Amino acid sequence: MSLFTIFHVAGSGMSAQAQRLNVVASNLANADSVTSSNGQPYRARHVLFGAVPVAGQENSGVAVQFVAEDQSTPRVVHNPSHPLADTGGNVAMPNVNVVEEMVDMISASRSYQNSVETMNAAKTLLLKTLTIGQ
Amino acid sequence: MRSSLDHTLAFHQTALRLRAERQQLLASNIANADTPNYRARDFNFSRTLQAAMARNPQFDAKLLVTSPQHIAGAASNTPSGGPLQYRTVQQASADGNTVDMDVERNQFIDNAIRYEASLTMISGQVKGLLTAIQG
Repeated sequence: MSLFTIFHVAGSGMSAQAQRLNVVASNLANADSVTSSNGQPYRARHVLFGAVPVAGQENSGVAVQFVAEDQSTPRVVHNPSHPLADTGGNVAMPNVNVVEEMVDMISASRSYQNSVETMNAAKTLLLKTLTIGQ
Repeated sequence: MRSSLDHTLAFHQTALRLRAERQQLLASNIANADTPNYRARDFNFSRTLQAAMARNPQFDAKLLVTSPQHIAGAASNTPSGGPLQYRTVQQASADGNTVDMDVERNQFIDNAIRYEASLTMISGQVKGLLTAIQG
């Protein structure tokens, strides 16, 4: 039944957007983490979406294919008093672009809302369908 | 041979099935609004409905597959047999995605209202039949 499939489709969209929001939160939280478990400054992460089949129909749902690390160079800040400063007094900071992350966050929450509304519409239609003949 | 009762309800039944299928397709487009290289899809409702009504459901059978070496019958794109089409792009985006959220939301609401209209009509038909039976 197609209307039930909408729950799977919209649900896949919601979980994918939630994961994207999670990654954005992680990036924003680590915007100033100059070091991590490997001794390097934190690198921004980005999710990559891909269309996936749902209920036998190709390319209907969405899923996070993988989470990629941003390969751009770390932001260099001149701060000689920093404990991790090199001989030139420069510190490598994470390559998180806070403005970009905020935009990503707004986009993710809007898309999430769209999926929620899709699901609500499907629910209304299904409930109305149940009243046939009443 | 279809009974006259079946015949009475057939049109709106088919219409509802197609509306539900289209609703799912539009939901897929909305869910994939941020997927790179995703192409928004839709089908021509009136043409698909005409094709579905013209076809006799008794002859609308799939090829029988009795061995794993058999080739399944050519499956059409929509479950109802209509060809899926790609939406024309109004404003191209950099990541190759062609979902225009305004168009999709518009069509989604439009389709939902038409689904409800079909529901109302099929309900009316059922009520009419019940009146005829019960007096």
